[in-house]
Amino acid sequence: MRLTVVGAGAVGRSVVDLAGEYGHEVVAVADSSSAVVADGTDGRNVGVDPDAVVARKADRGIVGDDDPADALAADYDALVEATPTTLGDAEPGFSHVRTALERDRHAVLANKGPVAERFGDLRALVNDSEGDIRFEATVGGAIPAVSTVEDIEPGHVTAVRGVLNGTANFILTRMAAEGLDYDHVLAEAQDLGVAEADPSFDVDGTDAALKCVILANVLSFGAVDDPADAREFTLDDADVEGIRDVPGSALRLAAEDGRTVRLIGEATGETVRVAPRLVPENGTLAVSGTQNIVQIETSHAGRLNISGRGAGGPETASAVLGDVGRLE
Amino acid sequence: MPNRDHSGDGDRRNATRRAADRPRRGGGGVSDARDGVPEEAADDEDATPDGGRASATPSTHTVRLELADEPGQLLAALHPIADNGGNLLSIYHERGNKTPRGRIPVEVDFEATPERFEGIVEALRTEGVNVMQAGTERYAEEVTILLFGHLIDTDLSDTLSRIEACESASVADVSLAAPQGTEEASSARLRLEARAGETEAAVAAVRELADEKDLRLVEPLTGVEA
Repeated sequence: MRLTVVGAGAVGRSVVDLAGEYGHEVVAVADSSSAVVADGTDGRNVGVDPDAVVARKADRGIVGDDDPADALAADYDALVEATPTTLGDAEPGFSHVRTALERDRHAVLANKGPVAERFGDLRALVNDSEGDIRFEATVGGAIPAVSTVEDIEPGHVTAVRGVLNGTANFILTRMAAEGLDYDHVLAEAQDLGVAEADPSFDVDGTDAALKCVILANVLSFGAVDDPADAREFTLDDADVEGIRDVPGSALRLAAEDGRTVRLIGEATGETVRVAPRLVPENGTLAVSGTQNIVQIETSHAGRLNISGRGAGGPETASAVLGDVGRLE
Repeated sequence: MPNRDHSGDGDRRNATRRAADRPRRGGGGVSDARDGVPEEAADDEDATPDGGRASATPSTHTVRLELADEPGQLLAALHPIADNGGNLLSIYHERGNKTPRGRIPVEVDFEATPERFEGIVEALRTEGVNVMQAGTERYAEEVTILLFGHLIDTDLSDTLSRIEACESASVADVSLAAPQGTEEASSARLRLEARAGETEAAVAAVRELADEKDLRLVEPLTGVEA
């Protein structure tokens, strides 16, 4: 497949870097201000040079000397949308996907915004297009959460829950293990690059909630024949509590009783909830550090657990490229 | 009527512990044969059309009743138990003690299937008998929660008694951690006992109370034996 990659952060760069290994070719790359589009003059190698893109981004902060609009207009089979997640109208990610679908091309999203905030709009665009969308990378990084739910069939999945934010999980794990307070562990996480300078998105539960909203949409739309019958979820439908004010003493009390606290997200076709929850200390859901876990409750197959890396450039890129493979 | 003389607290504690152990024994079907007690409940069970279900195995229940100090009260309290299929095992009549309401506490052990136990407790209440506590079996489910915030400033004992006042739950155990002193945020771990199927309602009641007092509640993942 010929890919256009929009967004040159860790995920976008990894997609550019790894696409060749998965048998795909990157024909254009864009970030917010610049782009590179393969000129196609070299018959043997029409793709962009991944190393050059990464080097230019590192050295000059641009991916190339072309206009981002040219990348969106390039001759690709699938657009990879890997720009930062935005809420509300989910722009500019939503428009990038719309452009692809209106051109009857596929879109693969690593950006949670459009799938969490405008799922109904996306479905309507897909309905009128020869192209399709996939978004495995938006939930649980490398963990195949969405495709597993689809394989089981959303109508036979009663709930999906799990630990879906590595930063919050790292903080809770360290607080419990070291008996330290939130502020102390947050500073450590920031030093290690596990938490961002502004950690709100992670520690307030927003990121986990977006993932659960996406899962709720998959469950809701997947369980009905007519999309008009499906309930659409957005972040506003989620009941969200974060971990910012969880005191170290609460984790100690939990540990005395063989339990611990994890930021657990839960999605059904009817509700979305993210909150710190008590779980058995050595239980399946009590993954440590930045690990994620997705637990799928099924009607006929019991419970499935998939744990793994929920973030990271190559990890998330592997989910993106897996989606590209499914669209071939 | 079998009447067993409890010689002291040690004996009662033992009985309580055994009662607590019972649900974990699984559906072995062999009842705790105590001191030659006839297994009438088991015979009776065979005759009922809904026999054969694992949950129908009779088990021992302890109820604490509160009776007025008047003739005939004890007998009146025992009738609803016997009449509703309970097999009386022992009665501990604490004549020397009075409850805060000036009544006499009575502890009754009997065997019954879980379904009948519910009916017995209801029948006792219908007869106007004050059931103070219906044993560990009444609170068939346990749930542990964390509360944190200004627990002390918001009157912890009021918080606990309001949880106690809730129909579906009882506070079995409280651990408090206030590392910064009483004026700073503190944490508490509460073990609640809830009636079968009412854990969600019990947690919802605590959630409401926590909202009102601006406390944070960390709920367990109920129904998920992770």
